[in-house]
Amino acid sequence: MPSPEPRAVAERQRLIACDAKAAARGLRTGMPVTAALALAPGLRLRERDAAAETEALLGIAAWAMQCTPNAALEFPDLVLLEVSGSLKLFGGLGEIVARLRRGLAAMGYSACLAAAPTARAASWFARSGKPCLIADAALLESELRTLPLSVLQCREEEALASIGAGSIADLLALPRAGLARRFGQGLLDTLDQALGRLPDPRGFCVLPEKFGAAIELPAEATQAEALLFASQRLLAQLEGFLAARAAGTRRLQFNLSHRAAPATRIDLGLIAACREARHFALLLRERLQQTALPEPVRAIALQVQTIEPLAHANQNLFPDALHEEGNWPHLIERLRARLGAAAVHGIALCADHRPERASVHPDRASAQAEPGARQLALDFDLRPFWLLPRPQALEEKESIPYHHGPLKLLAGPERIESGWWDGADMTRDYFIARAADAALLWVYRERSPAGAWYLHGIFS
Amino acid sequence: MPSLAAGLEQHPGIWRGSELARSACPGIASGFAPLDAELPGGGWPRGALTEILPQHEGIGELRLLGPALAQLSSQGKFIAWIAPPYLPYAPALAAAGIALARVLIVKTAGDGDSLWAAEQALRSAACGGVLVWPRDIRYTQLRRLQLAAEDGRCLAVLFRPTQAAREPTPAVLRIALATAAGGLALSILKRRGAPLSRPIVLPAAPPAAANNSPPYRFDAHVDSPTPAAAAAGSIPARLALA
Repeated sequence: MPSPEPRAVAERQRLIACDAKAAARGLRTGMPVTAALALAPGLRLRERDAAAETEALLGIAAWAMQCTPNAALEFPDLVLLEVSGSLKLFGGLGEIVARLRRGLAAMGYSACLAAAPTARAASWFARSGKPCLIADAALLESELRTLPLSVLQCREEEALASIGAGSIADLLALPRAGLARRFGQGLLDTLDQALGRLPDPRGFCVLPEKFGAAIELPAEATQAEALLFASQRLLAQLEGFLAARAAGTRRLQFNLSHRAAPATRIDLGLIAACREARHFALLLRERLQQTALPEPVRAIALQVQTIEPLAHANQNLFPDALHEEGNWPHLIERLRARLGAAAVHGIALCADHRPERASVHPDRASAQAEPGARQLALDFDLRPFWLLPRPQALEEKESIPYHHGPLKLLAGPERIESGWWDGADMTRDYFIARAADAALLWVYRERSPAGAWYLHGIFS
Repeated sequence: MPSLAAGLEQHPGIWRGSELARSACPGIASGFAPLDAELPGGGWPRGALTEILPQHEGIGELRLLGPALAQLSSQGKFIAWIAPPYLPYAPALAAAGIALARVLIVKTAGDGDSLWAAEQALRSAACGGVLVWPRDIRYTQLRRLQLAAEDGRCLAVLFRPTQAAREPTPAVLRIALATAAGGLALSILKRRGAPLSRPIVLPAAPPAAANNSPPYRFDAHVDSPTPAAAAAGSIPARLALA
């Protein structure tokens, strides 16, 4: 994440990583902290956080399992994926690597990706920073020979260097018996595993049931766009996790933490399970723009507690057919994210003679009025297209109701007398009336001694 | 150059002033044969704005669209009602053959939200019809909606007051509604093709057709009911519920 000041991470008073801005000022890994601060006075230095690194590594592994169910970790900084079974599905090694690279960039990680026929060799290539993609076992040995001994990450590295071995090629040239005697069988076994002569079993990770990830902002932010930018990294990770589980979710919880004020919580509720980071980001953008933050945000956490199975979308043979279908849950969710859940609703028939209750409206929250819900088939008499939210009292002159002029009653009465059981009973005579401007109105007269006239609907 | 002229005639965006434009994508049949005959594409245009200018609310603007909306909703397409002036009433929509499960009502706080919602609905392939009731809309906003409508392929209808007829519009079809002796008079103010001088008159709605029956005298039935008449009147209603 771009930050205004140079940043670096230190461990035991030495730099172990620094960003591009810091590097531009001459900071290098391995440099003492004092020297670094002399070169870059504004340097924001952080102590290495091993727990956070592990957390990030686990997150990446869970995300990467969208490409293969077999992922293993090599602490502190390596994720191994067995992709041989997924090559056909994703269209080859190059495609998988491109996909992983895109995803890692979207999550804001930099990584060195390497592929090799054995896990050990792949990890060596990745450690050495050599982005080799070796699919052919015959090429493996010649490529391995070029690697420096530092990839072994073992104690004997210095001793080996002192006997003149600087690379894997030098090591392979030494007699095996002597090497085993002096440095132990372990070193030989490691070499053999890399070359595929010995098996190298790994324990695969198990995907967690829930998703949780957090990101700390480099600088406190209040603007929706800045918060969205950071959240998109979490959403990219979520998308991978959900794809790995072949699942989607309907509920996302964002926690925006502040310096002192209690965290702001944003819940995204969806009407259909989804796992598209792009769609989540659209909804979040609307919500962020509406949310009033008490203080600038320091960190964003994303939690997904429940997931539900969601099949991968099939590619359609005719792309047109897919386009025709449209994604209506997405449309409704987008509208609701901006206008509020109550502002976007469906409509439903209800088995009630009282006109107000024959049409279910959202004020009486009902699953039936959710767009796309199943509907009753009921038969009513002639009814107007428009219903007034509440009946409007009409003037009466000489027994004739007036609404911008006298009304002429064309049809009726239709007596509606119902609801004595729930206290909202009504006894009304409904008429279809024509106004002076030829509009057709649905009016009624209370069947009470007062007998007032009301306008209730407009035919259209 | 006859070949050029022939080529131009094939182009869907170019037509002779004296005749109706040939539409590349057929319209949505309105359900009223005299109207379809006068519309390019033989029905309501898809992927373009239509403006309906009713003389007053309740003149029959929904009845006019009813068959087209019923057809779209039966194809599984959503019909978005954006900022309607009153509550659309489910029994009437169902009676018109509109699948209620495909009705989406959007209430908005102002024109800004209405236009945004309309644009979202137009660009989404899920909607087959988008009906908008804007309060006050400028030409640039109309233009924006027209562009959004061109993205999708749905029926996009704007309901505007008759005064809007004086303003220019990017909509491809503009129809003013007025009452006429025989029913509803449709004046096509703008279409792709020669202007239509005489209005199309559609027959009146069923309740208005009952015009010729003697006027109902409510006094005899409703006013000062005797106890017996009141009891008799209330019984059928309760029986109907049982």
